[in-house]
Amino acid sequence: MNLVRSETRPKSLLYLDGVSVSFDGFKALNSLSFVVEPGELRAIIGPNGAGKTTMMDIITGKTRPDTGQVVFEDLIDLTKKDEADIAQLGIGRKFQKPTVFESHTVWDNLELALNRKRGVFATLFYRLTAEDRDRIEEILATIRLSHRRDELAASLSHGQKQWLEIGMLLAQEPKLLLVDEPVAGMTDAETAETAILLKEIAKSRSVVVVEHDMGFIRDLGVKVTCLAEGSVLAEGSIDFVSNDPKVIENYLGR
Amino acid sequence: MITSFILRALEGRIVMTVAVLAAVALAIPASNLLLSPDSALHVPTYAMSLMGKYLCYALLALALDLVWGYCGILSLGHGAFFALGGYAMGMYLMRQIGSRGVYGNPLLPDFMVFLNWKELPWFWHGFDMFWFAMLMVVVVPGLLAFVFGWFAFRSRVNGVYLSIITQAMTYALMLSFFRNDMGFGGNNGLTDYKEILGFSVQADGTRAVLFALSALMLALCLVLASAITRSKFGKVLVGVRDAESRVRFLGFRVENIKLFTFVVSAMMAGIAGALFVPQVGIINPGEFAPANSIEVVVWTAVGGRGTLIGPIIGAVLVNGGKSFFTGAFPELWLYALGALFIGVTLFLPKGIVGTVQSVLAARRAVKAAAGRDASENDDRAPSQVQAAE
Repeated sequence: MNLVRSETRPKSLLYLDGVSVSFDGFKALNSLSFVVEPGELRAIIGPNGAGKTTMMDIITGKTRPDTGQVVFEDLIDLTKKDEADIAQLGIGRKFQKPTVFESHTVWDNLELALNRKRGVFATLFYRLTAEDRDRIEEILATIRLSHRRDELAASLSHGQKQWLEIGMLLAQEPKLLLVDEPVAGMTDAETAETAILLKEIAKSRSVVVVEHDMGFIRDLGVKVTCLAEGSVLAEGSIDFVSNDPKVIENYLGR
Repeated sequence: MITSFILRALEGRIVMTVAVLAAVALAIPASNLLLSPDSALHVPTYAMSLMGKYLCYALLALALDLVWGYCGILSLGHGAFFALGGYAMGMYLMRQIGSRGVYGNPLLPDFMVFLNWKELPWFWHGFDMFWFAMLMVVVVPGLLAFVFGWFAFRSRVNGVYLSIITQAMTYALMLSFFRNDMGFGGNNGLTDYKEILGFSVQADGTRAVLFALSALMLALCLVLASAITRSKFGKVLVGVRDAESRVRFLGFRVENIKLFTFVVSAMMAGIAGALFVPQVGIINPGEFAPANSIEVVVWTAVGGRGTLIGPIIGAVLVNGGKSFFTGAFPELWLYALGALFIGVTLFLPKGIVGTVQSVLAARRAVKAAAGRDASENDDRAPSQVQAAE
């Protein structure tokens, strides 16, 4: 890889090349290659078992690839890092099932996620600063949970938990957000609002969304990558991808 | 709103408990030393030592609560840290016997003379100095916890597997301490103590001071544990308990968080053991028995895990019950313990304090909801609000 670049901004934010991984002989990813540009909002679709979640596991350091390159900002080899390192580099991840700290308040959830020193002693002696308070208030407004800030996350509705988790990712100030099925289990109104929220977020950072809901992806109106059997089947606009015969056969047609 | 209320109440509860412990630390020794034995309020020395023992158990349960209640690590080997702290204290007390032992050897404790040893093993050096022994009371359990936790948490051993290896750890230690050639007195352990810092361990005054120290040390560790759990670190701990992977993907080093908590907890358990030994007058490998560590879990569960105060109440209640039952109906105690554990699991899954807390919280929630209904009309989805810059 050529590391000498004339531009100050990196050309690709995330670059996967020939990534393969297998579990007990099953090839979850088969020579997957895929690039995310800075500031891009990208949707990923594909049938169950296509490798969407495995791909996220590899990017976030949960799973190590058998072969292939995973490079962040043209320089950093993510396959050598663990989850905490990768999160600190600026990759945030939203799980399929909303995962928030249920026994903490909405406010505390965001406070924990805030991009501050995360060492044992730094957290033991942490004090909420005015700056941090403003930042949390701002995120609360973005995810529309200001009025529930002091309630336990456990008492939120499913959709609100999803937004809280997205808010926690924003607090992390990531450069790249990986979002796994954000609208699963949401009402139509919530789904439409989530599309607007993600588009807003993508103005200042790259977002990769894995989703099954075709209507939602149409709402996003972005470049779509269709995965099947661990590699890229088709890539392009939603109309281009959904008219691709291979995509219809492997995914949409079924 | 509700949470801040609960938190404030909790803080009040900690202060209250510390005040109660301080009062106990003064009142019981005072009644033992100042009142005549005929007085109705006189606490006999044996009862004071018994209560001192409960306080040490309470400190052990508090230590367990820090790792189990807050961090979700169910340690079934906390008795090992307690026993190691106890052995460190026992070694100091043995060295204080000097030439007053049965064999009158000025340097070697009786059991070494009996085993025909000619010189003091290297690890017994330094224990004639009180400060060194007290240092070892926290360093040895802390070091064991560090080494154990370093490997276990780094390789992400979790849940029941971790519980099993903590149990194996205490069992292995028990077997090795039973061996005579380990140099810790074999199955007889260390006993027949004479003096601590020049004061007779049998004297009422010494017993009173040890009792008061147990209560004060418990109060001190309670405040420390409360400070830890109420900090941002404490919130991360609860996060590790409830959603470990979320904590990891937020960029925290979960293994370091667990390691720190485990080591602090092991040190507290060591202190509890060190205060326990001079009050009961013996430490032997039986303290490493796996069943002991499991009993600590029962105390903590009965009192309410994750409440800090619950385990203290649980340890005192269960051990008080044990003393009563084993005195009055010795054959019934094990049944009572079993029934207690089943009963608590079925009817009070949050333990005594946890149940009281949730009843109070529910009552407050009802009140708060009534007040909020008026202002609550904005529950819409997020829309074109400015996204984070």
